[in-house]
This record gives sequence, structure tokens and C-alpha cells, in this order.
Amino acid sequence: MLPVYAQDVKAPDSGALEKEPGSEEKADLPGAGLDVPSADEAQTTPPIPSPPLIDRPLPLNLRAEDVPNDGGWAIRLLWDKFPDGDIAAAVTNYEVLRKRGAGDDWEKVGEIKAESGKYADSHILAKDNKPEHFVIDGAQYSYKLRIIEDPAKESEIVSAVSEGQWLNTDHTIVLIATLLYVALVVFFIQRAKHGPKMYVRPIPGINAVEDAVGRATEMGKPVLYVPGIGVIEEIATLAAMTILSPIAEKVAEYGTPLLVPNRDPVVYSIAQEVVRQAYIKVGKPDAYVDDNIFFLSGRQFAYAAGVAGIMMREKPATNFFFGAFYAESLILAETGAATGAIQIAGTDQVTQLPFFIAACDYTLLGEELYAASAYLSGDPILVGSLKALDYAKILIFALMGSGFVAGLFGWSGILNLMKLN
Amino acid sequence: MWKKTIPVSIAFAVGLFMALQFFVPHRHVQSVVEEINRWTSLIWCAALILGTLSLAKHLSLKIKAKKEGWGYAVIAMISMIATTVIGFYTGIEQGTLFMRIYEFILAPLEATTFSLLAFYIASAAFRAFRARNAEATLLLIAAILIMIGRVPIGHAISEVIPQISDFILDYPNTAAKRGIMMGVGLGMISTALKIILGIERGYLGDK
Repeated sequence: MLPVYAQDVKAPDSGALEKEPGSEEKADLPGAGLDVPSADEAQTTPPIPSPPLIDRPLPLNLRAEDVPNDGGWAIRLLWDKFPDGDIAAAVTNYEVLRKRGAGDDWEKVGEIKAESGKYADSHILAKDNKPEHFVIDGAQYSYKLRIIEDPAKESEIVSAVSEGQWLNTDHTIVLIATLLYVALVVFFIQRAKHGPKMYVRPIPGINAVEDAVGRATEMGKPVLYVPGIGVIEEIATLAAMTILSPIAEKVAEYGTPLLVPNRDPVVYSIAQEVVRQAYIKVGKPDAYVDDNIFFLSGRQFAYAAGVAGIMMREKPATNFFFGAFYAESLILAETGAATGAIQIAGTDQVTQLPFFIAACDYTLLGEELYAASAYLSGDPILVGSLKALDYAKILIFALMGSGFVAGLFGWSGILNLMKLN
Repeated sequence: MWKKTIPVSIAFAVGLFMALQFFVPHRHVQSVVEEINRWTSLIWCAALILGTLSLAKHLSLKIKAKKEGWGYAVIAMISMIATTVIGFYTGIEQGTLFMRIYEFILAPLEATTFSLLAFYIASAAFRAFRARNAEATLLLIAAILIMIGRVPIGHAISEVIPQISDFILDYPNTAAKRGIMMGVGLGMISTALKIILGIERGYLGDK
């Protein structure tokens, strides 16, 4: 849309033309925006009526619709994007007016730049965050946009009804993939229950666990188990807890002290229960020392310093690092290496793996952390789930290969199928 | 029953719900998720009391038995009690003594511990980059090329070095990282599924 008085336009960065949202009250005052002459000048210069500086555009193809894939209580307004370089659109702001029933008055719900092309009327952005300003599901709302700088100009009225969705269609492909994988896991678990024993390649780090505990026993020194700094909601921490169980059993069998310092209080409570149960299971509940599983600090580096201190003072013969580790990984692993302990680590944090590889004797890479409990327990059902993991990987590689071929030949249908919104 | 059946049932119900909520955006479902998250915070706070008592007990036993490094335990104990009392007394707003302790004691101490990483990286690199065998030699060469390629002297020596450095980071390195991450993603789903279905009960102290 072309401006009528193009000679007046200094935009797009023209602060004189573009008013800040909220300044409309000032603009509505008589004489606002005019170059008002002084008293002396008024005697010599007659007042000149100010023409509109620019023909500000109304939204084109304005429509209102329910926001898709949301929880409800939201309607969005869409209008066609103005072409790049449209100076008039660049300096125009709209006031969003909303009305619920036929008898209701129009109320202002927000302001938006014309060039944005969209506006979401959501309870999150509701005025004063008061429920009476919320968009309610099931009710019809009418909307119109008014140009703030030229209040006489208003758009046509559009209407929509808000509703919450029960399925996020953006996640459909994720849902299908997850269901496929779940089916694969259940299938292999069933097969493991009734079928022949499955072969799983040995992982040196897991095979070394028994030797590492045995070494500590021979040296008469404790075993240190560090479950990372993750919270219990993290799968790596849960995996650390499941690995702790068979290690605690071995330690209990050998009668070696086991130290478990924790960063998270919830993880501490669970670790305590896991170790206690392990001692009970091997028939040595009296050997369990409650104080050896303790909470150290909730702060990352205070925890790292505390664990490093334990390593230097207690000189554990074996250090296990399993779970979620971040910047403290190398502090822990290098201190352990300096004390001469045998160290086995496992984490799903890709960025920390090189540090563990450099400083530890054995490292479980990524998914091996999750597989460790299955290896250590030898439970065929758990081992069966590992097979599902392998087949899922084959499936992913096949999909990657087909995506590669589809990309080469320009088969957009297959590529779109794989696209995530 | 109390030790296994009920915890496993709760894990199944909540785990399944939390997995499904990712696909269900409706506010009725999301409000339950918010409520569960609030509960998580409450559980964490309750567990923090247990954790603090555990730490106090651990430190007291160490002081009582005069174990090696018991002096540090005394400092830790005094710091813990003093910070708690000051926090309750002065509040935790900006400018209070509690916040000054945080800004001028705790934060610098943590930054110092973090800074030690520089020395640890040097010692770990020394160990990792020893050319003991063919693989270690390959690692050493790759590391040298990347390190030189990331600093101005690399450009000064040859424009090819930064290109090799970028190639190693963008292709072999990224491919390996993505391979591990894919395995991690699948492993996470697999572990979560085993926990939800009650197959994996190690976190309950049960196999």
C-alpha cells in the first residue's frame, strides 16, 4: 500500500511518525501531533490544518480462529503480511477490540504492530490477569482492529470460538514412533520370557564392576558411589539408582564399606533405601551403616569439592560415577585418578563423556548406562528390552537412509512425513 | 504389598499419565501436570529437611570421632547453622547479610572450584593425548589440529588448518555425538518404559 504523502515519510526508523503503544490518549487530544506556533508567531503566521501524514493500512484478509493444539482459552487473529518495505505498515499499530455477546461493549484487549500479521488473545496475556478478561471456551467472540494513530479507521468484524484440544497433532509423528518402540520393547520382553536366552555383547566397564569391588575389599578401603548431580526425574539418575542396587549387593557380600554422597535430597532418600534393601537381600542388614549414604550439598561445586575431599581423605579404592554429570565431572574424575582409585563412569551427557574417558579406567557411553542394570542383574526380561533398543536403532538408520534417498531425488512427500513441527 | 505393589502401581499410573500428557495439550490435563509439579516441589522441600539432618549427623559423627579432616566438618557445621539462622533473621532479599554471604563467600568459592577445571583439563589432556597406540595417536593428531585451528596462530600458519579443524568438528565429531544421542534417546524411553511397567524396580531396592 502506497503512502499518500510520501514526502513526509522519514520511516522506517521515523520516531516522529511511529507512536509508542499506549500513547494514543495523547494523540487523541485536540492539536496533538501539530506543530503549535508560539504566541508571537501566531500573530504573523496563520495556523495550517495538519493533513494525515500517512495512509495507514487496515489489515487485509483478517480472520479469527481457535489457536490449534493448545489447552483452550485462546483465539488468534491472523491477517496477511504486508510486503517488505511497506513503510505505512511499519509505522502502524492496531488496537485489538473484543466483544463477547451482541449486547456487550467492545473492550480493548491489546495492541499489536500492523506488520506482525498475528495476535493471540490468550488468558496468559489477559488484562491484569483477571479471569473476567479471559477468553472462555465455547463462547463466541467478535474482534476488530482499530488503527491507534487513526482511530476512525477500523477493520471488519471477525468471530471465533475457543476450544481446547485433546491431541496435539504437531506431536503425531512422535506418538506413532513412541508407540512403535513401545510395541517393540513389549514384544522382546515377551520373547525373552518364553524364548531362548539372548546374546548381548559384553561391555568391559560392566564386567569390571565385580573386580573393582573385589579390589577395594582386598585393599580394605571403601567403595565410593557418586550418583551424579541430577534430580530423580532424570532418567540417568534413575539408571544410577538401579545400578546402585546390584553394586550395593556385591559390596554387602564382600563386607566393604560403601560411601554414597548425594547432591539431591530426594535422590539421597532413595539411595539410602536402595542400599538398605541390598544389605537386607544378601542377609547382612546389621552391616548396613546409615551414615555412609548421606546428603552433602545442593550446590554443584560445593558438592564437587565435598566429594573430592572425601576422595582425598578416605582414599576409596574404587570410584563409581553413574548418573547425570555436568561441569564437575572432570573435577571428580581427576581427583579420583590422583588418588589411584580404579574408576568406572557412565553418563548420558555427551559433552562430559570425553572427560570421563580421559580420567577413568572404564566409561559407559550414553545408552550403556541404561543397559548396565540389565547386564548386572542378568534378568532375561531386562536383557530383552536391550534387543528392542538395537532393532529400534536399525529402524532409525533405515529411516535416515530413506530420508537421504528422498532428499536426493526430491521426494518431498517422504521428507514432509518425517518433518517435526 | 506396601513395599512393592503400591509404589509400582503409583509409578505406573503417574508415569503413564506424564508420558501421555505430552500429547494432550488440553488445559484440564495440563492443570493436573502443574499440580503434580507443585507436589514435586513439596516433596523436594520435605526431603531437604531429611538431607540437612543427614548432613548434620554425618558432620557430628565426624567431629565426635575426630576423624581425619574433622576441622573442615566444624567449619561446615558452623557455616550451615550460621547461614540458616541469618537467613531466617534477616530474610533473603537483595542487600541482606544472607545475600552478601551468598555473593561474597559462596559464589566466589564456587567460581574458584569451577576455575580449577583449567588445571584438571591440562592434566587430563596430558594423559589422554599420549601416543600409546594407533588410536591414541589419531586422537592426538586430531586434537592438535583442532586446537591450532581454533586460535589465530592456526590461520597464520595455514588457512587449511582451520578448515580441517572445522571439518573434524562438523562431521566426524557431530556424527559420533548424534549417534550417542540417538542411543541415549532410545535408552531413555526404554528405561522409562521398564520403570512404568514395573519391570525395572532397582530404584525401590528390588531387582
